[in-house]
Amino acid sequence: MADAVQARTRPPRRRRAGSTPRSLPYLLLAPAGLLMLGFIVYPALSVLYYSLRNHNPTKPWRNGFAGLDNFRKILTDDPFFWDTLAFSARWVLVEVSLQLVFGLALALVINQTFIGRGLARALVFSPWAVSGVLTSTIWLLIFNPSTGINRYLADAGIGEYGTSVLADTGTAFWGAVISELWRGVPFFAILILADLQSVSKDLYEAASVDGASRVRQFWHITLPHLRDAIVLSTLLRGVWEFNNVDLLYTLTNGGPAGSTTTLPLYVAQTGIDGNDFGYAAALTTVAFVILLFCSILYLRLSKFGGDDK
Amino acid sequence: MTATSAASAAGARAERNLPRAATPPVPPATTPRRGRRRSHDQPPRWQIWTPLAIYLVFTLVPFYWMLLFALREPGSTRLIPWPITGEHFEKVWTERSFDTFFINSAYVGIATMILTMFVALSGGYALARFRFRLKMPFMLALLASQFIPGALMLVPLFQVFRELGLLNSLWSVILAETVFQLPLSMILISGFIRNVPPSLEEAAWVDGCSRMRAFLTIVLPLLRPGLVAVGSFAFVHSWNHFLFALMFLSSQDKQTIPVGLNTLIGADSVDLGALAAGGVVAAVPVVLVFAFIQRWLITGFSAGAVKG
Repeated sequence: MADAVQARTRPPRRRRAGSTPRSLPYLLLAPAGLLMLGFIVYPALSVLYYSLRNHNPTKPWRNGFAGLDNFRKILTDDPFFWDTLAFSARWVLVEVSLQLVFGLALALVINQTFIGRGLARALVFSPWAVSGVLTSTIWLLIFNPSTGINRYLADAGIGEYGTSVLADTGTAFWGAVISELWRGVPFFAILILADLQSVSKDLYEAASVDGASRVRQFWHITLPHLRDAIVLSTLLRGVWEFNNVDLLYTLTNGGPAGSTTTLPLYVAQTGIDGNDFGYAAALTTVAFVILLFCSILYLRLSKFGGDDK
Repeated sequence: MTATSAASAAGARAERNLPRAATPPVPPATTPRRGRRRSHDQPPRWQIWTPLAIYLVFTLVPFYWMLLFALREPGSTRLIPWPITGEHFEKVWTERSFDTFFINSAYVGIATMILTMFVALSGGYALARFRFRLKMPFMLALLASQFIPGALMLVPLFQVFRELGLLNSLWSVILAETVFQLPLSMILISGFIRNVPPSLEEAAWVDGCSRMRAFLTIVLPLLRPGLVAVGSFAFVHSWNHFLFALMFLSSQDKQTIPVGLNTLIGADSVDLGALAAGGVVAAVPVVLVFAFIQRWLITGFSAGAVKG
């Protein structure tokens, strides 16, 4: 019966496919392709072009072709570049690994069946919807030196009045990390939860019949199953956290004393506030190369997709 | 499981009117071990509620903190906003022109959402259903574009929009947001389309449907969770995004809410009540959208998005 249906449907398909114009896929892709050419490819190429020039609208007499001068300056003559790079690496590593641990734990918990799960999910995931600026707003209110949470802690005898987490070079980093965790963990948990739901229940049944503990089930069934999802989401998240400017720009603006300036934030400050387009473009190029290199290295090391699954 | 069997045993006991001691002592002895064995479906309650409660506190206290500052009277230090005042909201809405920002943000968010959905649907269909020469290069370009930080493209994009005469028009922001949403949206949507068996469409062609009509009447309804996920992503991102609006829109009547919030943050004497009220205005639409769609979001992702 099924064969008969297939036999009946196959030939017309071929004829139909032949009758649709060959250009159809290109026509369908045209809107996306044109938008990306105009607003990603062309600007990206012009970044490359600017990176080879001195370009500063406020100092037009200096504008002109500079060759590799900008790059030479970045690598040999700009101590701040290395600081921002180190901070970027620290930011991405701490942020992504904490988000992974908490996101995974949250996904495992929320994947269980319990009363009120729907509500709990909606509540727990809600910070995902919140922006960088709004996250900054909220955490600036919490960390405010005079009326923030420390005031109430001080009243209760913990700490003292008037301190601000974000004003101290030692603690500003952790203040920023907590703020970003608040909205980053839900997204991670959503991605992992989506994949978690596709693990076959039979595997766990079989494992528990064989007497495997829940911890063993987690290590031998859940984690291997989630591997690709974890690799992909940590990579995406790593790229996004590296590129994240909204939060740090509004929360600390790279301060105090440059202690929370990531490379992209440095680029934004050089290009927007400092008007030095040429140098910002060269920094952009370097940032892109570093990011691409790290991503490829990460995919290689994690053997993404090279599984028998 | 054990609870129901215990209950039915109790019921049986009651029916037969037997004395308690007469029930066989077997079930109580085996219950704990069986409970542990089957623990993958039913871990102990505390293992669910303790981490969940801790995490809920971490999630909700910041929201509460913002509401507290937005609702309580200036100068008050109570931890419960009583008496409630609407003065901060009135101030941001009228004096700080959040009414205008709100409309602008809604316009940007909805336009980006619609544009992204159309363009991604069209492109996603091409990627899911056709083989053609430029497919792999296009897919690679999509992936590579994920590595280009939007913030670093600000300056060249600024010049593109200046040449197009779109500076200080909301359309500059809409186009920029759409373009940076597109790669992920298209990958997601083509994943969803691939999950719809081609035979469904083919059957409709046989019945005489045009390709377009078959797509609209058969495939499109099945894509609803995916479209909701992609559309809400686009809306939330463009509602929230800050740098494009900051850079491309110069006059105040064109600004969006995140930029308005940023000016409140940067104000010389920070008015915390107004800042909090502005934050609430910014949060309400996205959190509502999110609460409404979060169920579809997860099914949407698990429909093949993560696996591509």
